[in-house]
Amino acid sequence: MADEPKPEGGAAEPGKPAAETPKAAPPKPAAAAAGGHTPPKPPAPMASTPWEGEIPGQLKERFGDQIRECAAYLGQNFLAAKPDAVIPILEFLKLEADFDYLVDITAVDYPKRAERFDLIYILYSFARNERLRLKTMIADGAQPPTAVNVHVGANWLEREVFDMFGIQFAGHPDMRRILMPEEWEGFPLRKEMSIIQQDDRWVKENLGIESGQ
Amino acid sequence: MPDATFLDTTELVLNMGPQHPSTHGVLRVILKLDGEKVMGTECVIGYLHRGVEKIGENRTYQQFAPYVDRMDYVAAVSNGLGYCLAVEKLLNIEAPARAQVTRIILTELNRIASHLLWLGTHALDIGAITPVFYCFREREEVLKIFENYCGARLTTHAFRIGGLQYELYDGFEEQVKAFCDMFLPKVDEYEELLTNNRIWVARLKGVGILSGDECKEFGVTGPVLRAAGVKWDLRRAQPYSGYEQYDFEIPTGENGDTYDRYMVRMQEMRQSVRIIRQAVDKIPTGPIGKTPKVIKPATGEVYVSIEAPKGELGYFVVSDNSTQPYRVRVRPPSFVNLQALDRMVRGGLVADVVAIIGTLDIVLGEVDR
Repeated sequence: MADEPKPEGGAAEPGKPAAETPKAAPPKPAAAAAGGHTPPKPPAPMASTPWEGEIPGQLKERFGDQIRECAAYLGQNFLAAKPDAVIPILEFLKLEADFDYLVDITAVDYPKRAERFDLIYILYSFARNERLRLKTMIADGAQPPTAVNVHVGANWLEREVFDMFGIQFAGHPDMRRILMPEEWEGFPLRKEMSIIQQDDRWVKENLGIESGQ
Repeated sequence: MPDATFLDTTELVLNMGPQHPSTHGVLRVILKLDGEKVMGTECVIGYLHRGVEKIGENRTYQQFAPYVDRMDYVAAVSNGLGYCLAVEKLLNIEAPARAQVTRIILTELNRIASHLLWLGTHALDIGAITPVFYCFREREEVLKIFENYCGARLTTHAFRIGGLQYELYDGFEEQVKAFCDMFLPKVDEYEELLTNNRIWVARLKGVGILSGDECKEFGVTGPVLRAAGVKWDLRRAQPYSGYEQYDFEIPTGENGDTYDRYMVRMQEMRQSVRIIRQAVDKIPTGPIGKTPKVIKPATGEVYVSIEAPKGELGYFVVSDNSTQPYRVRVRPPSFVNLQALDRMVRGGLVADVVAIIGTLDIVLGEVDR
């Protein structure tokens, strides 16, 4: 399947990445078999390969140790950065590396980790025809700065992340729920929320029934 | 306010929807009006939110596949293709050639069906009653092919991770070819009704302009982006399922207005027929692929996107090496495109809001998920 350009020779065999990667954390089948959904332990357990090239070089030169990792998984490039550096990196990528299209912002919840959430920005460059993912880890209650000033389209995407995970974006012009009702309590995509769990008070007040289940 | 006179004006707040025939589902738009001029809007969405992403975390990879059909339910085949490709990427496998060609035929048929539904309802919104009957007549032929293939017309679940579930039925090629031969003159017929129709042109030209730069700012993709003159189509930019083997053009517009978006979608239907004709002539023999019984990808995450009828449809799937996805994120084109509505209607007339919602071609099932 033709996808993003492979970064270096290292990712030529993405089928068996674990065998050839320096910082590969071995998969943990035991955890999965035991409980179905036990999240893996920190740090990021992905069997990624290093990503080298022009962009990681520029970024490392510019942002130094703010960049934690430049890597690729199955030929898809991503970089991990500290939360404070996210907006400057987005700005840099947009203005100086042509990553002018913010595809998506989303989050992943790892409740057992100290920095609980992965915040993920997916970017695309029309000029380069390349994608990359910018990841950062934030703790529960932390307020990462909004990306609205860099990419207008971040507005609704951040609202959805807030709605689903309860991550407040500092400086966002309109930080409200977007899909769930505004008075709803709880954040559905957090892992402690069961799939049938509801805000019973809201259901009772607005639908006049004890529970939707 | 003291000394109010009859010449004073106030801003009028008008509620449109969620139950309104031209919002194409349950979309509520709060309009701030100064006379007939739109000063601003606010979209209220979420009425169809079913928690698709949460469901994904609680089902196995195979079990979740039928659910994705329920997002953009008029282009269920595209949804399924994107999901299958994402999981296949995570597993680092590829569907066999026969499955890939079949996928392309069905996906392009679905693009035609989706565009036909758009054309019919959009024309209806503008006030042209006839096209909707014509469009649904031809769409029916596409749905019959889906029904013959997998038994379902709308939420098809046509593909499986790793390939296909069903072998093609006898007479599939003939039926698809017959559809193509029948359909192209019909597109001309729609165009005869609309393209130079004075009312149609007057209602659409120069309405709801969104420039290429604005599209990129908002992340707007699909026909809306192409109508603004940006020649970008994921089928060409980052081909999947073997799209690089087909000859087709990427239609673009110039002005990024509602009329150009109409023209782009009409051209796209013709290009889809072109792709289908090439594909149906070269369906290779061989296996159609087999769904692995247990899907347990190695720990990792991938983002895979396809060119759905409405724009870039992406799946971001995180695996924790179990049989269920740790996280499935759907990047819905309708949701992202709808965000540009405010920019498009601001400063225009209230009557054009209906035209602009129609031209965005949103499906609320996908906006809300």
